[in-house]
Amino acid sequence: MTVFPECPLPLDEYPRVLLAHGGGGRLTQSLIERVLLPSFDNPYLAPLHDGALLEIGGQRLALSTDSYVVQPLFFPGGDIGRLAIFGTANDLAMCGARPLFLSCGLIIEEGFAMADLWRVVVSLKEAAKEAGVQIVTGDSKVVERGKGDGVFINTAGIGVVLAGADVGPQRVRPGDEIVLSGSLGRHGIAIMALREGLDLDVAIQSDSAPLFPMVEALAEDGIDLHMLRDPTRGGVSSALNEIAKKSGAGIVIEEERIAVGPGVQGVCEILGLDPLYVANEGNFLAFVPAGRGERAVDVLRRHACGKEAAVIGRAVAEHGGTVVMRTRIGGERIVDVMSGEQLPRIC
Amino acid sequence: MRYLDEYRDGDASRKLLDAIAAAATRPWTVMEVCGSQTHSFLKYGIDQMLPSEVTLIHGPGCPVCVTPAEIIDQAIALAERPDVTLVSYGDMLRVPGTAKDLLSVKAEGGDVRMVYSSLDALKLAREHPDRKVVFFAIGFETTAPANAMAVVVAEREGIDNFFMLTSHVLVPPALEAIASSPENRVQGFLAPGHVCTVTGYVDYERLAGKYRTPMVVSGFEPLDLLQATYMLVRQLEEGRCEVENQYARSVKREGNEQARALMESVFEVVDHGWRGIGVIPRSGLRLKGRYARFDAGRVFDIAATTPRQAESVCIAGLVLQGIRKPVDCPAFGIDCTPEHCLGAPMVSSEGACAAYYHYARQGAPR
Repeated sequence: MTVFPECPLPLDEYPRVLLAHGGGGRLTQSLIERVLLPSFDNPYLAPLHDGALLEIGGQRLALSTDSYVVQPLFFPGGDIGRLAIFGTANDLAMCGARPLFLSCGLIIEEGFAMADLWRVVVSLKEAAKEAGVQIVTGDSKVVERGKGDGVFINTAGIGVVLAGADVGPQRVRPGDEIVLSGSLGRHGIAIMALREGLDLDVAIQSDSAPLFPMVEALAEDGIDLHMLRDPTRGGVSSALNEIAKKSGAGIVIEEERIAVGPGVQGVCEILGLDPLYVANEGNFLAFVPAGRGERAVDVLRRHACGKEAAVIGRAVAEHGGTVVMRTRIGGERIVDVMSGEQLPRIC
Repeated sequence: MRYLDEYRDGDASRKLLDAIAAAATRPWTVMEVCGSQTHSFLKYGIDQMLPSEVTLIHGPGCPVCVTPAEIIDQAIALAERPDVTLVSYGDMLRVPGTAKDLLSVKAEGGDVRMVYSSLDALKLAREHPDRKVVFFAIGFETTAPANAMAVVVAEREGIDNFFMLTSHVLVPPALEAIASSPENRVQGFLAPGHVCTVTGYVDYERLAGKYRTPMVVSGFEPLDLLQATYMLVRQLEEGRCEVENQYARSVKREGNEQARALMESVFEVVDHGWRGIGVIPRSGLRLKGRYARFDAGRVFDIAATTPRQAESVCIAGLVLQGIRKPVDCPAFGIDCTPEHCLGAPMVSSEGACAAYYHYARQGAPR
């Protein structure tokens, strides 16, 4: 007889899974920390990085996986295929690793248009080429009509950690400068605007893009990358809060230095969203040693996706575990982890 | 970005802060009525930058927060019916009724949808003639005209599967309840700019005179709030009790006459319960008899149940009346968080407790 231990998330709190459990905010965190992590507990999983760091035969590897359920499947600036490749490749890049090989699993709904499936497959192929990865194994399943939503994709990837790279929250030190490689919120708002049928003068394009080339450029310039994180679900606020919590450092950011495009800003104002909480798929946060931030910005700005790079703040010894923002009018406030979900199924 | 950046300018803010500091010679307690104003004060850290003479207390202007639990229970009962699609603004989904919230009903299989506009709810009704689409119409005078419009359009187009569960409330009766309370500490009001965009501020002039309390109709951007605070402090210092209009780029004294006319043609004024506060006479709106067939409260068999009064340390009612601050609550941030809230002000995007939780938990108590 199998004995099921009691679920560590008390059922009186949440007898059923809510969409917010997948939103990248506080409930996602509690699902991971209270249900998943203790169940699979091991030293590779414990750091809860974007990917696991493994050493096999003296070679340092990164392994990561992600599932993609974005709706709609095609959107300005990208589609589920590009997300599925870049998302996993970027998780490896955030481990300081060069992405090499990906697996790809397709869960297809009965009745899904073959032309659309082909569009997704072509997109996967082209994105893989762009990201410099190969899809080396895969799987496909078909589920009954109504049991899927067009197509869901899972990818897993392996990469080789760059020589000398040592990326992780434990390396964050007070004084570290925080570089953001691009402007905020383009992916989340591109999807949101499409779903809400907002008629914009200029369509906002998702920023979906491979990040490894920028990471590699920083490393090749000799910049010691203490911590990397791509602010996807939950946005910059969730990414920074997680880093603050895991590193024990405090974080201060300057509102004025954070780039937000006028289109994203406008939609956020209309819909009552905060760009700090909106998902990105083509920028990242880098913690670099004190005094190296501006150099990192120079390096990033040579890349097409890094034109808006800026030093947005720093790690501090005070208020450990908390992110504080200096507002543009000179006030201060906390930047909290997102509660609930801002928008489901954006990736 | 135009129309935003100029109202968030650091230099202009500092000048206004200096002007407020120079004008305030004595302690003054002022209430910003609207929850969005509360959030702006905290989101930009303005509350900490104001001189110590000015004490802010936060008003009842959070429509989600003041929606009575029994009406939320009715919404939940409707959402649990297999023939009903319940449509609501996002904020309302996480507010606890007596036993659960609408998001839980959704997770259990109820058809609960979130929209940004009542007209989107109407669209759902049009697209799904087999479903009974119930729009949970809450809010102050700001949302009432658009909701009235939805009913007018539904009638015109003969959409007979569209219904509204209404919990509409009015600001002036709430201000009167606060100003006339023996516990009142408020010496001046920052009146709600968006409500006044619809209604104008003639009613507010009557209250300012009757209760000898100055008011400034204020916008929501940092510079709006600072300028309005400055104008209010000037009135207080000079002993004036007028209604001044800081938000002139949006508000006219008579308001938006078309919107008002629409509201008045569809709704009638009734006594209404405010969560945590109680019944305030003539403070709510309900559909007029002519539109009764769209009124979910009358069409569906969801007789109001009296919610059992759970033992709770939550002080939401006192917070909503400006008598206490969120951080005075023993449950704040411990037993009451946005994930597990005891009171609605913790989950609403206009709730004072949520503003303190998200922007001001750290550091010195405010």
